[in-house]
Amino acid sequence: MSNRRPDLSQPRHAVVIGTSAGGVEALSRLLAVLPASFSWPVLVVIHLDKNRQSQLARALNHRCSLPVKEADNMEPIIPGTVYLAPPNYHLLVDDTLHLALAVDDPVSFSRPSVDVLFESAADVFRENLIGVILTGANADGARGLAAVKAMGGTTIVQTPATASFRGMPEAALATGGADHVLPLAEIAPLLIRLHGAE
Amino acid sequence: MERSDRSIEVELIVHAIHLKYGYDFRDYSRAAIQRRLLLRLQKEGLANLAELQHRIIHQPEFFARILTDFSINVTEMFRDPEFYQGLKGQVFPELARRRHLKVWHAGCGSGEEVFSLAILFMEAGLYQRTQFYATDINREVLARARRGEIPFKDLRKYSANYLAVGGEQSLADYLDISHGEATIRPDLLANILFSDHNLVHDQVFGEMDLILCRNVLIYFNRNLQNRVLDLFRESLTPGGYLCLGMKESLYFADPGNDLVEVVPAVSIYQRKP
Repeated sequence: MSNRRPDLSQPRHAVVIGTSAGGVEALSRLLAVLPASFSWPVLVVIHLDKNRQSQLARALNHRCSLPVKEADNMEPIIPGTVYLAPPNYHLLVDDTLHLALAVDDPVSFSRPSVDVLFESAADVFRENLIGVILTGANADGARGLAAVKAMGGTTIVQTPATASFRGMPEAALATGGADHVLPLAEIAPLLIRLHGAE
Repeated sequence: MERSDRSIEVELIVHAIHLKYGYDFRDYSRAAIQRRLLLRLQKEGLANLAELQHRIIHQPEFFARILTDFSINVTEMFRDPEFYQGLKGQVFPELARRRHLKVWHAGCGSGEEVFSLAILFMEAGLYQRTQFYATDINREVLARARRGEIPFKDLRKYSANYLAVGGEQSLADYLDISHGEATIRPDLLANILFSDHNLVHDQVFGEMDLILCRNVLIYFNRNLQNRVLDLFRESLTPGGYLCLGMKESLYFADPGNDLVEVVPAVSIYQRKP
């Protein structure tokens, strides 16, 4: 057993969200509901073209109680902050609880890739990680969500029938299995409940 | 937070590589190293990281694969066209006033970006007065770079990038294409000296007018980033330019540095003249 004391300034829990087509709308609806007291960091991969994304962080920041920013390389993860993967870079979590960017080849035809973020976050946060898959038209995220589950984390998938694009949630359900399958409007309340229970 | 067993195993491998082969990846981004090791593990069908470690230590030819995995080989010609536009528009006019030019591309991989520079220098009339130095830690990719090979499958994308930079010709004009193979024209290779250099422990490369090192620092931790930035600063002539990757613009924590951002959105800096 480790006798090191936990460092309270470092987050012990985190939420990772992956989405693609239809994701801007879904993401802003979900994030807007999270209150300023929500202290878990939220790491997001959304597939978008270059120019739209830098505007997205700003637009979301405007609409949300939590601060939203594009992730910088090697920045420490601050509790209660939403980080978006920059366009054309993978986003990973380092075991020192810093964010890392990478230009490695696309995974599941995507960079940033949901799989890459989920797998690396699962490895660091293990049972204290919540993985969320929202609307999208491809299969990126399916393997990542399975990794979250395998490390003991909690998995949430948007009900495919309620998603603007059902491909991504369906693929995630097929490989990973989900602890919760919910319409979009019920996902943020669940996150808040899980947060309150800790 | 307690470390996972996996992250401990990854650390042991990094140390083993240093002890056995002298390559020092201890200050590389652990997340990226771990990911590449796990991909290699899958590719080789090995059961676990302990088995991978055993092969790394006992089979130098296996380690060569790991070294290639670790070297940052993701590159393309005219990567980020807006960067090359900034270079042409705001740096070339200044360089044109100098009689001799020295350019260092650190972490050149298979050479696509230094070939891109050579083409733009040619078009700007700067090529004949320029010595290019292109370095990497991986001798295998350097050998390919020396031959000037361009993967055929990437030509379409590179052509599009070239045109996005505002290229004056067609990219094909700078290539020899035959039998389904493309190589950079020999006159564009003639002024490029490729050599093996390790940013982690090798020395200053002096008196450069332009240093290009893009998407390499992104894989280093802060400590190593700062050390390498010092190395670059010392290698620049006063008034020389440093070009980093698009997401590598925030690392100037060291207050004593005299690098000024001259083309902000694309991470081009100048050492104070």
